[in-house]
Amino acid sequence: MDFQLTDDQRALRAGVREMLRRRFGREALRAAAAPGDAAAPGLAAGDAEPALDRGLWRELGAAGFFSLRLPESEGGAELGLPEAVLVFEEAGRVLLPGPLVATHLAAGEVPGAASGETVVTEVSRGLVPWLNAADVVRRDEAAEGGVVRVAGAVPVRSVDPTTPLHRVPEATGPGTSPVGPLLTAAEQLGSAARTCEMAVQYAKEREQFGQPIGAFQAVKHLCAQMLVRAEVARGAVYAAAVTGDVREIAAAALLADEAAVDNARDCLQVYGGMGFTWEADVHLHLKRAWLRAELGWSAGEAEEMLAAAL
Amino acid sequence: MDLTYTAEEEDFRARLRAWLQRVLPKLPPRPAPDDWPGRRAYDLGWQRMLYDAGYAGLHWPVDAGGQGATPTQHLIYLEETERAGAPYVGANFVGLLHAGPTIAAVGTADQRARWLPPVLRGDEVWCQGFSEPDAGSDLASLRTRAVRDGDAYVVSGTKIWTSHAEVADWCELLVRTDPDAPKHRGISWLAMPMDAPGVTVRPLRTLAGSTEFAEMFLDEVRVPVANRVGAEHDGWRVTMVTLSFERGTAFVGEVVACRRTLGQLAAEARKNGRWDDPVLRRRLGRLSAEFGALWRLTQWNVSEAQHQRTGGVPGTGGSVFKLRYSHARQELYDTAAAVLGPDSLDLAREWNLDRLSALSYTIAAGTSQIQRDIVAERILGLPKGR
Ligand SMILES: Cc1cc2nc3c(=O)[nH]c(=O)nc-3n(C[C@H](O)[C@H](O)[C@H](O)COP(=O)(O)OP(=O)(O)OC[C@H]3O[C@@H](n4cnc5c(N)ncnc54)[C@H](O)[C@@H]3O)c2cc1C
Repeated sequence: MDFQLTDDQRALRAGVREMLRRRFGREALRAAAAPGDAAAPGLAAGDAEPALDRGLWRELGAAGFFSLRLPESEGGAELGLPEAVLVFEEAGRVLLPGPLVATHLAAGEVPGAASGETVVTEVSRGLVPWLNAADVVRRDEAAEGGVVRVAGAVPVRSVDPTTPLHRVPEATGPGTSPVGPLLTAAEQLGSAARTCEMAVQYAKEREQFGQPIGAFQAVKHLCAQMLVRAEVARGAVYAAAVTGDVREIAAAALLADEAAVDNARDCLQVYGGMGFTWEADVHLHLKRAWLRAELGWSAGEAEEMLAAAL
Repeated sequence: MDLTYTAEEEDFRARLRAWLQRVLPKLPPRPAPDDWPGRRAYDLGWQRMLYDAGYAGLHWPVDAGGQGATPTQHLIYLEETERAGAPYVGANFVGLLHAGPTIAAVGTADQRARWLPPVLRGDEVWCQGFSEPDAGSDLASLRTRAVRDGDAYVVSGTKIWTSHAEVADWCELLVRTDPDAPKHRGISWLAMPMDAPGVTVRPLRTLAGSTEFAEMFLDEVRVPVANRVGAEHDGWRVTMVTLSFERGTAFVGEVVACRRTLGQLAAEARKNGRWDDPVLRRRLGRLSAEFGALWRLTQWNVSEAQHQRTGGVPGTGGSVFKLRYSHARQELYDTAAAVLGPDSLDLAREWNLDRLSALSYTIAAGTSQIQRDIVAERILGLPKGR
């Protein structure tokens, strides 16, 4: 047994982190949220939809975001779920926008998905993220072969300013493949770890009553709990990637959803008034965490699945 | 990331399993919780069986009489013994997990030769005399005094919450040897014989009804200077070297046991009809995720230790684990009470005493508040302060 990252896995993670730092830094994130900056309350839904950066999407494709698990003969790197999880964790850290998981799942099945030429999204719980930006919508039960545009989709005023949403008539449940929930859990893990770092950083810098707020135990303990949540979720997510076991994936999704949402909430609290602003990134993490949790397996579904196996 | 065990590790597991199968039926019946002489004999008897089979001090270094097993082998040992229903480390806890490793790490050759073999053979029991009435979380403020008198220290003071004090032969005792030094600097670590004149043990009854720990009054107890492990006044550092053992692997077997209990709770709920309550079902499902993740986190920490060759789980990783585990354990037995319904009020029923003893988990070996301080300050680097 050696449940630690291998040197190759470490290198992969470092490489992805570096690429995302270069290509999707904080400014890019804020630009992705920019349409929302202008959106006055009461603005017509969908008027302020963020655009998907197709150039970045192709770069992600070239870097292997979508193809990494495909065989070499199909242009892939023949890597496994653990590697995919590390990559999606990095995506979650920086809140990389777009239907990343759906496109990854479509690689090898939908032409152009693997290379990043084609943007693939999917219906989940009657909602479609990134409908206007996507070339292909999967799991659209009304459509022939599931690959044409959804008829009758209505724009939704998405809570997450970096993820546009449409509502579709049929109420599709979350996908049946556990790989989607696993990769989503990896994104949640990345976000949970990031908001913990943000809170710790802020707690070291912000001073009140003549000392850094991180010296106050009430703040310190919030931060400690954030780390515990992230590390417990990490163990669950990584192990689920190694075993590929559907119940371990359900457990990972449950713990990672909770870690992402609760850590974003605690981070917001540590930021004080700043946490309630549009300007701070905390709300972007919280809203994306809510969105990912809602579109995947619900806590109830995961818990029932785990209970049934007891 | 590899969760499969090597052929060597599987071989180790198979041999251990076969041995457990052979010897466990020969164990005498378990003594009652308050039968301390019986408990001592039972726990030491088990240790002796381990010793004879070559499993004693598995994770101790070879030059300390241990087996020098890898952290992974130790994990397998804890997993398999728990699975087979073997006795818990019990009265051997301090000897095997704290005092022993401390002596192995810091003691002189003579000290190792005197104290380590009897721990491994199951001849002697140790207890831990750290906490005092006025020094709990703030352990370094301890006041038990040791005054040098020729070749002995004369020790006076009061210790409290000393587990297994009634049956211990030795006590790893923290004493103040320099009252004028800053509080972390004037402490020394002594091995005190429990039968020395001046030692009085008064058992304390826990909320579970049994006497798990005791108060210990020390009235001019003479402890030879030769019994000091580590340098004079350096006892704080000596203690911290191995404190991580207590928080690291101490709970591994228990996580395995908790997962088994969870399965039993589900079976009981299916039988008594409470399974139809979706709220209860979901609670059980959530605990399954929780303990599954804690097991994985353990494997993660053990693998990390294996790379660092620390011989134990790093204290900080242990703190993250202990924080989550101690709360999960309490939730497990609260859920057991929900499964039992009114039967949760009957102490004769399974799980109800466990529910009571689980209440100590967020207090003993460093309270949850103190663990959060450790995580925040030592891992996250937040400043000390109010
Ligand atoms: C079952 C059991 C077995 C034990 N066995 C042993 C043993 O064998 N040997 C031994 O030496 N000791 C033993 N102990 C003692 C144990 O280590 C102490 O109980 C523990 O360290 C807490 O100290 P205290 O009880 O004095 O509580 P206190 O330190 O008085 O704490 C009371 C409350 O105040 C909080 N608190 C204290 N300081 C702070 C702070 N700085 N910030 C925030 N909150 C704070 C605590 O978290 C707690 O909630 C045992 C305890 C138990 C319950």
